[in-house]
Parts: sequence; C-alpha cells; structure tokens
Amino acid sequence: MKLDSKIPEGKLEDKWRNYQVKSQLINPANKKKLTIIVVGSGLSGAGAASTLAELGYDIKCFCYQDSARRAHSVAAQGGINAAKNYQHDGDSVYRMFYDTLKGGDFRSREANTYRLAELSAPLIDHYVQQGVPFAREYGGTLVNRSFGGVQVQRTFYARGQTGQQLLLAAYSQLYKMVRAKKVEMFPRSEMLDLVVIDGKAKGIIIRDLVTGELKRFAADAVVLATGGYSRVFRLSTLAIGCNGSAIWKAHKKGALFGAPSFTQIHPTALPQSSEAQSKLTLMSESLRNDGRIWVPTQKEDSRKANDIHEEERDYYLERRYPSFGDLAPRDIASRAAKERIDAGFGVGRLKNAVYLDFKHAIERFGLETIKDRYGNLFTMYKKITGIDAYKEPMQISPAAHFSMGGLWVDYELMTTIPGLYAIGECNFSDHGANRLGANSLLQASVDGYFILPNTINNYLASEIKTDHPTTAHPEFEKAEKETKAFIEKVLGINGTKTVDYFHRELGKVMWQECAMSRNKSGLEKAISQIKTIRSQFWSDVKVTGDDKEMNTELEKALRLADFIELGILMCTDALEREESCGAHFREEFQTEEGEAVRIDKDYSYVSAWEYNKGDFKLHKEALAFEFVKPSVRSYK
Amino acid sequence: MKVTFKIWRQESPKDKGAIRVYEVDGLTDDMSFLEALDHLNELLVLKDEKVIAFEYDCREGICGQCGVFINGRAHGPHDNITTCQLHMRSFKDGDTIVVEPWRAAAFPVIKDLIVDRSAFDRIIEQGAYISTKTGTAPEANAILVPKDISDRAMDAAACIGCGACVATCKNSSAALFTSAKINHLNSLPQGKPEQHKRVQEMTHQMEIEGFGNCTFTGACEVECPQGISIINIAEMNARRMKANWLG
Repeated sequence: MKLDSKIPEGKLEDKWRNYQVKSQLINPANKKKLTIIVVGSGLSGAGAASTLAELGYDIKCFCYQDSARRAHSVAAQGGINAAKNYQHDGDSVYRMFYDTLKGGDFRSREANTYRLAELSAPLIDHYVQQGVPFAREYGGTLVNRSFGGVQVQRTFYARGQTGQQLLLAAYSQLYKMVRAKKVEMFPRSEMLDLVVIDGKAKGIIIRDLVTGELKRFAADAVVLATGGYSRVFRLSTLAIGCNGSAIWKAHKKGALFGAPSFTQIHPTALPQSSEAQSKLTLMSESLRNDGRIWVPTQKEDSRKANDIHEEERDYYLERRYPSFGDLAPRDIASRAAKERIDAGFGVGRLKNAVYLDFKHAIERFGLETIKDRYGNLFTMYKKITGIDAYKEPMQISPAAHFSMGGLWVDYELMTTIPGLYAIGECNFSDHGANRLGANSLLQASVDGYFILPNTINNYLASEIKTDHPTTAHPEFEKAEKETKAFIEKVLGINGTKTVDYFHRELGKVMWQECAMSRNKSGLEKAISQIKTIRSQFWSDVKVTGDDKEMNTELEKALRLADFIELGILMCTDALEREESCGAHFREEFQTEEGEAVRIDKDYSYVSAWEYNKGDFKLHKEALAFEFVKPSVRSYK
Repeated sequence: MKVTFKIWRQESPKDKGAIRVYEVDGLTDDMSFLEALDHLNELLVLKDEKVIAFEYDCREGICGQCGVFINGRAHGPHDNITTCQLHMRSFKDGDTIVVEPWRAAAFPVIKDLIVDRSAFDRIIEQGAYISTKTGTAPEANAILVPKDISDRAMDAAACIGCGACVATCKNSSAALFTSAKINHLNSLPQGKPEQHKRVQEMTHQMEIEGFGNCTFTGACEVECPQGISIINIAEMNARRMKANWLG
C-alpha cells in the first residue's frame, strides 16, 4: 500500500492557502443533500459538527455520555497555545511550529505541524467571540502563561478549567445547530462498527445504551472524533468511559493505525494509592510554572517534606536541564521522575511520588497571587488527598495521559478508508512522538473547526454524483449481524472473573512494559502475556445482565475486548521501533547520561499498521524534512 | 472497612423500585466512594447478579456526569464536591450509607441511580450560545473585557451541569443552573446583542421542562461542586425583568 500524505506544493507558509485554493467546493443547495456522521462530541467532534452544520450539511452526532457536554476535553486544565505574540516575547508562527516539531522529536510532518501553528491565532479569536472567559489583564486584554518545552508565553487559559470552558463553548455552538435542526444529537449511543460499502465509509452501527438496541445509520462520510485510548493502561488521567473501540473497529475494517505506541505519560498526576483505584487525577502542568519539583537527596527519607532542609533537596529537573528546568517537556519530566523513584528517592506512603513545591513561589509572589493562578487546582488537591498544598508540597507521580498515536490520516485528515476521517486525539497527525502541553485543545479545535470543514468537500464533491447509501444495504445487515454475534459471545462466556479483573491485568502489563521505558525482551514478554489475557478473557469473563437493557458491565466488557487487541498492536509497534524518540524510550538506545538516542537514518518514518486477520503488517510513511533540519532534542 | 449500603434499585422507568441492602467488606479509607460501588459491583457479578447502574465519567469532578444522593444529601456529606470526589475516609467502619438517585420530576429515573438530565440540554438549546459562525470572529484583543467582569463570568461559567442544585432543592428548581449560564454570557460584551432574548427563552424552557420555582432557600449553593452563588439567581431575575421591559 502506498501512503499518500497529500502534502500541498509550495513554501511551508503557503501550503494551506495553496490547498484551499485548489480544493473542490460544493454549492449550498447540494450540501444539504449530504449527510455526515460525527462520532464523539468533544472539542473536535462538536467543533466539526457545528461548523459543518453551519455550512449546510446534515449532521448526525453521537456520544456515549448522557450529554455532549461531558466529553473528556472538559477535563483539560492548563490552557491552549496560540502564536499571537501578545507578550511581545519573540513568538511567531514559525517558532511555534518549530517548538511543536522539536517537542515531537521530529516524528511528525512539517506541513501539518506548521498548519497547526498557523491556525492557532484565529482560533483564539474564534473562542473569544463564542464567549470563553479567558483570563484577562486589568486593562481588558488577554493574559498568557508558559508551558513545558517552550521559552515564550503563548498559553491562553481560563483558570485551571480551560478545557471545560472551550468544550462548553463548542457544546453551546453544537446545540445552536441542534435548535436550527441541522444537527441531530444522539447521546448514550456507542459506535460498535463501521460500515464500508465498495471501499468507502458509508455508515455506522451503534448500540443504544439505554435500550441495548443496535441501530444503523447511513451517511455520505463518517468522521471519528473519539479521543484517546490511554485507558488501555487502565490507570490513566482519562475519563473512565474513554475507549478505543470506534477507531479499533475502523482499523479492522481497513484504516491503518499510525504510531500506536506513542503515548504521553504526564509527569504531574496524583500517585496511585491502592489496587482498587480506577483513575489517576491530573494536576495541570501549568503548576510547573511556579512549582518546583524535588526529591530528598537521601534515599528512603521518611521525614515530612517541611522538615527536609533546602540543602537536602534535589531539584533534579533544574539540575539535569538547567535551561528549561521545571518546564522541561512532559516525556522528559516523567522519565526523570521515574528514574528518581526507581532509584529509591520516591516519597509518599508507597514511595511512588515526587514533590511539587510552591514554597518559593508563595514567598516571591504572595499567597494571593498563587491562589488566583491555581486556586481551583489546590482546592481539588485538597478534596482528593486531604492535604493543604499551600502549607506543604504536593505529591505527584507520572500517569498515562495522551495518545499521540491514532488512525493514520493524510493532510486532509482522511484515513486510508475513503470517506472516513479522524480528527482530534484519535488520529496521528501533529504531535509526533511527544505532544507539548496546551497543544491538545489546540489540535482538537483546529481539526474540527478549521481544517475538516475545508477538506471534507474535496471528497464529498464526488459523492454528490453517487447514490446515497441506505441502511438496507447488505453491508449494514452484515455489520449488524457481526456486532450482535460479538455481544452474544461476550455474554455467553459466563466465566468466573470480572471485566475489571482483566482490565487490571492488562493495565499492569502495559504499564510495566509499554509506558515510560521499553525494551526488547520486555515487549516480547508483554505481547505473549496480553495474548494469554486475551484467551483467558474469551474463556473466563463473566458479564451479568442482558444485551437488551442498559448494561454498564457489558459496555465495559466490549471496550476491554478491543483494548486487549490494541495493547498487542502498541507493544508490536514499540518493539519494531529500535530507537528512542520523544515519549518512546527504548532502554537499548540511550546515552550514558540516560538521554534518548534517535536514529534518523533508519526510523524517520511514521509507522502505519494494517490489520491482517489478527496480525499486523507495517507500512512506512517516510518523513521528509524540507524546511527544518532535525537536531538532537536537547533541553539542557 | 465494612459498611452497609442501602441502594435504590429500579429496573426501568416504569418499575416501582425499592431500596436493597448490601453488606460490603474489604473497603479501604483511600478508596473513592465510586470505587467502593465498583467493588460492590464486582462482588455482584461474581454472585451472578446484575450490577448497580450508576453514572460517572471523568472521576475528577469536572464532567458533571456523576451524582447521587448519599444519606440524604446531594453528592454526599461534604459541601461543594462531586460524588466522584468523595472518599471512603469520610465514613466510619460499620456505617450505613443510603444511596438514591436525583429526585425531580424533570429528571426521570432511567435505571437504578441513573436519571435523565436531557432537560438541561434543552435549556442550553434555547439560547445559551452566541450566534456567530466559525470564521467570522474579530481579532481577540479587539474585544476588551475588564478583569472583574471576566472573572465574574468565569465564576458563573464554571457550572458542570451535574444537577445537584435541582436534586437538593425542595422545589426542584433549575434556577441556579439556568442563571449561571445566562449570567456568564450576558455579562460579556460578546453576549450583549442577544441578552434579552436569551434570558426570556432559557427561563421559559426551564418552566416548561417542569422545574419548580426558586424560593431562595440557598440549598443549591451549598451542594454546588463549583460553589456557584445564588446571587446569580437574583441577577437572572433582574435581567429577566429588564428583558421583559426592553426585550
């Protein structure tokens, strides 16, 4: 299979304009004859659904939650980046592009990354106009702050609830179009299969989560906006319902999966405290603007944090990376924390955490300023741990957070199945091997609001001439039948172990072997362990209740069945890539100081995996760097 | 840690429903309340029983999907948190914990502890937005918003739409929810052009959904996980009066 990334001609800064000039248009009278399915109602899904509806298309939008407003974009705390250069600190589109490309360790396309930076400034205009209450100066202008991996201040924020405010803006625009009868919203609906007719995506099968009924929906194009899949680790910062099923079903129907193993481990989550834990709560990276990270210099120091003197504290990020210090990128900060914890310097009851300390910031700026900046995060910390972080340092620990990997898409955000698009976190596009903080809300928004509504016409222009698909087509019949059989199979096992038991087992293997550091023998072992978990799941899982009713246990089981297969692919991908880049750290490929060794001559490509009857075949999209010379990614 | 859960079970909207009693052992202090229910559900599966249906998603207090009545209080014994932020250390060994769904005519029970809050979406649909199309926005700093106004808009905009305000209100009023959204948008310059229409249409929808009227008991702001003040309701009423004169 030849992967065509469809990068437009021209200079870096002209490519998007050149694309738009040449892209096909559809007249408004024809747009209303076309139906588009959008699966997911987060920033990318709601943004795409509302914008496509404004353009005149008929939209059907689905989410598994009880309302579109719950989508996990809601939980992003810190902010959204944009190259506005409001702080007059030397920022520009080019610099933002370069930071993002370098942050991703040169494993993403130049053209995509540049477009992300280019569209960031108009996106802020867009959100302000929608009524997002971004932080303001007294004079009424917008405020910015810094984020990891960057030396300028380009992050816009709404307290520690930026994701919530952007999502609610997107949700309100979505409901504006629901009222206009251009969007039909289907909450509590989970996509269980993709329908492909004559090689093109033409519909989906969903399960109504209230009645359990399977339903068919046909459309001229299908857009997946289903978010990240880090719940494969079980313990992650994601919402409990986040899953990889929609993209996995699309993958099995022929969509290639890009860089599945590239997973961001976030350095500042709350540590795990027990086996029963279901979730790791994130503390925003913005805390690293003013908080300083340290561990005691003495191993297994059991004193309270406030009793440990300044000279007995190791500010290891500032020590190892003096120019970026506590604002080193996430992959580097996480790995450095793991290194200290593994070496016996961890703190907290289970010795699995490091300190994030605001003592100096409070001394310098005053308590009120710190409260104004992070008040809700400190409150949240206290609610969960019972600890007042104004008086003693927070305890934080790395946690699985973001999937850089996802369905492979071209410059138009189309997957390898014509008519199937993937936007937001569920695609592999702009972040390469590591995403910079505050670029996630940005990518989801830009994909949904600005890019997809401009690129989807190029495909749909030719679809006007073909017959609209109907749900009576044999492919719908077949997909529904297979879905039904899949559900009945899960319910019919009636074994002895719960779904959560298997999810915990999968999570342990994935966290041990396919998270912050990886090696050949570990990954090989992980693949065989996951295969064992898979066969045990399919012979011994127990799910009670019926399929024709609301059954939350069945929902979990169906998602886990897909996660298990996805876990195998992630390990396969991590095993194949014999280099270290970004979040992908192979222990065999590091310097004496423990820094990553990237091998451009062999691995400067995007891995795109094809599903082949339970096995996976690798395709490579070579990454050409025309404008930037990949350098060693140093933050020292 | 061992507790006795008394939990509302109801098969379907038509089913009458009843409290059932579960003795649960093997809990720990640092488990969240929802993790204790997860644990109970695993035990039920192994006993070949149907799991208790309850809602959650983010489990960090921001998505607004979780929410049950615990010992007679929305989101449990503490002020201003969500159910998912409640931990078992708030209970003692041997405690009895009564768990019920939100009770309000506008929030019918779907199953067990899960209710239908789509009435909130329909209130939002009636004007909780600024009517602009993607691509039409002016330069962001062309709209100056003084910090105090922006901060107050943010205070109101923080609502997570969980419905605790309705559930705890003796009138099942949605005034706190509706007013928070109206005040967020109407206080910002971008929201001004549609301010009167917005307040009229959203409050009208609130009434036809079957939510009760507000009698200012203040119960809602005690339970609101975001601590949204009932001053918002007074402000909404003032805006509504003004809209009726001018709108």
